[in-house]
Amino acid sequence: MSGWPILSVVTFLPLVGAAFVLAIRGNDAVALRNMRWAALWTTIVTFVLSLLIWRYFDTANPDFQFVEKLSWLGDTASYHMGVDGISMLFVILTTFLMPICILASWQVDKRLREYLIAFLVLETLMIGVFCALDMVLFYLFFEGGLIPMFLIIGVWGGPRRVYASFKFFLYTLLGSVLMLLAIIAMYWYSGTTDIAVLYKNPNFPAGMQTWLWLAFFASFAVKMPMWPVHTWLPDAHVEAPTAGSVILAAILLKMGGYGFLRFSVPMFPIASDLFAPFVFTLSIVAIVYTSLVAMMQEDMKKLIAYSSVAHMGFVTMGIFTLNRQGIDGALFQMISHGIVSGALFLCVGVVYDRMHTREIKAYGGLVNRMPLYALTFMVFTMANVGLPGTSGFVGEFLTLMGAFQNNTWVAFFATTGVILSAGYALWLYRRVVFGKLEKTSLKHITDMTPREALALVPLIVLTIFFGVYPSPILDVFGASVESLMAGVNKSLAAAGAITAVGL
Amino acid sequence: MMSLLDHIQGAAALPEIFLAVAAMALLMFGVFRDKSADIVNIAAIIVLGITVALVLGGAGGRQEAFGGALVIDTFARFMKVLTLFGSAVAIVLSVNFMKAEKIERFEYPILILLATTGMMIMISANGLIALYMGLELQSLALYVVAAIDRDKAKSSEAGLKYFVLGALSSGMLLYGASLIYGFTGHVGFAEIAQSIKAGEPGLGLTFGLVFLIAGLAFKVSAVPFHMWTPDVYEGAPTPVAAFFAAAPKIAAMALFVRAMLAPFPSILPDWQQILVFISIASMLLGAFAAIGQTNIKRLLAYSSIGHMGYALIGLAAGSPEGVKSVVIYMTIYLIMTLGTFACVLAMRRKDGQVENIGDLAGLARTNGLHAFFLAVFMFSLAGIPPLAGFFAKYFIFMAAIKANMITLAVIGVLASVVGAVYYIRIIKLMYFDEPVERFEPMVTEVKAVAVLSGLFVIFFVLFPQPLSALAEAAAASLF
Repeated sequence: MSGWPILSVVTFLPLVGAAFVLAIRGNDAVALRNMRWAALWTTIVTFVLSLLIWRYFDTANPDFQFVEKLSWLGDTASYHMGVDGISMLFVILTTFLMPICILASWQVDKRLREYLIAFLVLETLMIGVFCALDMVLFYLFFEGGLIPMFLIIGVWGGPRRVYASFKFFLYTLLGSVLMLLAIIAMYWYSGTTDIAVLYKNPNFPAGMQTWLWLAFFASFAVKMPMWPVHTWLPDAHVEAPTAGSVILAAILLKMGGYGFLRFSVPMFPIASDLFAPFVFTLSIVAIVYTSLVAMMQEDMKKLIAYSSVAHMGFVTMGIFTLNRQGIDGALFQMISHGIVSGALFLCVGVVYDRMHTREIKAYGGLVNRMPLYALTFMVFTMANVGLPGTSGFVGEFLTLMGAFQNNTWVAFFATTGVILSAGYALWLYRRVVFGKLEKTSLKHITDMTPREALALVPLIVLTIFFGVYPSPILDVFGASVESLMAGVNKSLAAAGAITAVGL
Repeated sequence: MMSLLDHIQGAAALPEIFLAVAAMALLMFGVFRDKSADIVNIAAIIVLGITVALVLGGAGGRQEAFGGALVIDTFARFMKVLTLFGSAVAIVLSVNFMKAEKIERFEYPILILLATTGMMIMISANGLIALYMGLELQSLALYVVAAIDRDKAKSSEAGLKYFVLGALSSGMLLYGASLIYGFTGHVGFAEIAQSIKAGEPGLGLTFGLVFLIAGLAFKVSAVPFHMWTPDVYEGAPTPVAAFFAAAPKIAAMALFVRAMLAPFPSILPDWQQILVFISIASMLLGAFAAIGQTNIKRLLAYSSIGHMGYALIGLAAGSPEGVKSVVIYMTIYLIMTLGTFACVLAMRRKDGQVENIGDLAGLARTNGLHAFFLAVFMFSLAGIPPLAGFFAKYFIFMAAIKANMITLAVIGVLASVVGAVYYIRIIKLMYFDEPVERFEPMVTEVKAVAVLSGLFVIFFVLFPQPLSALAEAAAASLF
């Protein structure tokens, strides 16, 4: 499998698709249809190709695989791509969700060419984030994603799209510029920006680690988003078009968690250990506070957005337990949340396309006219709650187990979040789907079309499949997490030894 | 001819001499022939091209001319090519505009040639005399160019303002130069460096240095000597503003670099703190003051103030990495600026040029190409990867952190976030808002400049290494 650069192909194939879309002339119905199909086929082919990565991925090998390396910026940075167990599934998640997003955007007519190009460019940048093994390259992809997402929210968004897009752009930019400085500082200290090399030798002094950790934290905490810098997310979600929300919730948020696991924990283990209580505090506040806030929302998308913040709280908590269960759980939670929250936004999109409102009050009794929809929504609501048997359960359970080992109180408070999530999610479901169908505007609402069902069925299958049988996923990152933990423990032990000697 | 050049040790200064002679010849041609603007324009561009060839074709390594008054090294060659390129593109951009505004004059390209001669002397200046001579030759030509649209009050006002403030700054610079001469006894950079190394820098010398920096800061429009910039950009005709933002900035920055590093390397901490202040003030003012602007040229003026602040970080580092980053920054800045101004020049309706940023509303739908490239330049100026502007900032911050100027770097990146506000506001206008009346289609040469520089900005990410290597070689020649 080392014959051809599969990661680069998967990463840059969407750009080729974007070029195709650009090349289609005219704005009549035929041209629009061709553009949609071009985009859909591009994303499908990308997905199928990316499955080859999974097929040939060696789960026993904790190192980077499918590695490609080209010289790029002298000795400052290189084009270095590769995946390990931690990043591989995010690549698949991205390629998997993109065709679904294109399907969900089938009714977009407004400036369709730009819309599809923005999404395809975004796909390239997102895959690049997960494949990059050079910090500068990573930063390039990480930040570059701001441009298409800014345009997606701003051009195709709702009434307050300008506010939301500016807030999204500036918050994220503010977080990441400090990371850039940290990357440069790491380069001058260690002489390389290569992640694989830095892994072999994570020798930053403890004092420096603290600052570097904080700089990376600024970036990832905003992206994640963690309380109290989460406020851009509800705005961005509410205003973004459906497919934009799906990408935002399912993939962009995961870049924060991925970043913690790729940089903060392995490269600054001492600082990670030092700041773990701080992260726990923020995570618990996020879980409890945003769950409560979610309960009071009157807008469906906003409710799901707040629930995302709460679920990301479990992820950050899991990562900084710095034990195997916690990190496994955090990774699983990210994958699962990628599927579930994406699906929930699609569900909102289904009724929004019909009624053009996301007010919870505008709905009620949908089960009478839309049984299929009610069933679908039910599955994802349950997965969001973390019902055993759905993928949402595995991640939450593992992170809580990890937290329990580390600090019982953290686990205790985090568990209340599980209860609260049941509260807001079931209440939402009750208000939208159950009850009598009394509103006249809903009298003629129709059930899901085959296209909508086609987009959602794979998500249902995966949600239940991974809920019942999570090991395909857990196996993939097992070896990598194991080696990550070994490195962290070694560093911590060494640091402990130094402290002991110092005393 | 050659023996005469050898006699005055001027062989290395052949490009400058050629440029000056060619400018005079074209002047004569213009005077004695009616309606010569078109021919002179083309001839001026050819002259600039030949000068580039002469610069590149000259003997390699470090050369001196006129008894060490001018120095020609890799750094000088690189910056000269950039300057000549900037001037040539500025002429290209002006042709159609001048015709449409009926201010087509053959003097314009000739003044640009003369200014460019001054800039080349500035870049090569190896002593206080050459420094001042180059600077004044450049400035006098620029004062006239600013007021080229002499029937418009705004243009005359811009020229006059520029002249008065410029004369003041030249005075300060001259005062500083004379103090430095007085306290070191030398005018040549190398000799000054020698004499400072021998003893402690006295108060008088530091005093002179401060005045020298003030004068130079004026030329690169760094805070607190920036006040002329927005008014001049706004008042001068747009192609003139494009010219001002491009070539003279390159030359002034090159001069600034050499005038700090060649004579004063041993008292780095003395001038470093001044530069750090100037740089921070420029970045912050550039970022905050631009937010409220509604005129696109004023906005770009503040943006250029901010960008000079970033470039000065590299100089403040005072290291080979720092100079390398300045060279890279100015190269990318030049191309972004020319492209941006090409897009601004294309803001033209039937009833004339418009300059309000509100006029850009909905441009994405009325002229997609125009909007796309302007958006690319805006994102790039804001420093968003993967566009070229990001790499410019990246190298600057590399140098700053290497020199342990962490606070400066942090302020720099935070200012860049504030700066992003006004850049993305323009994108918001073009992409999110409803269209207003459309612009006239872009003129071929303006479009060519916009598209070519836009493609450079987009695809720079694929080939950053050659520029980085060139800049490294250029920086190495100063140390």
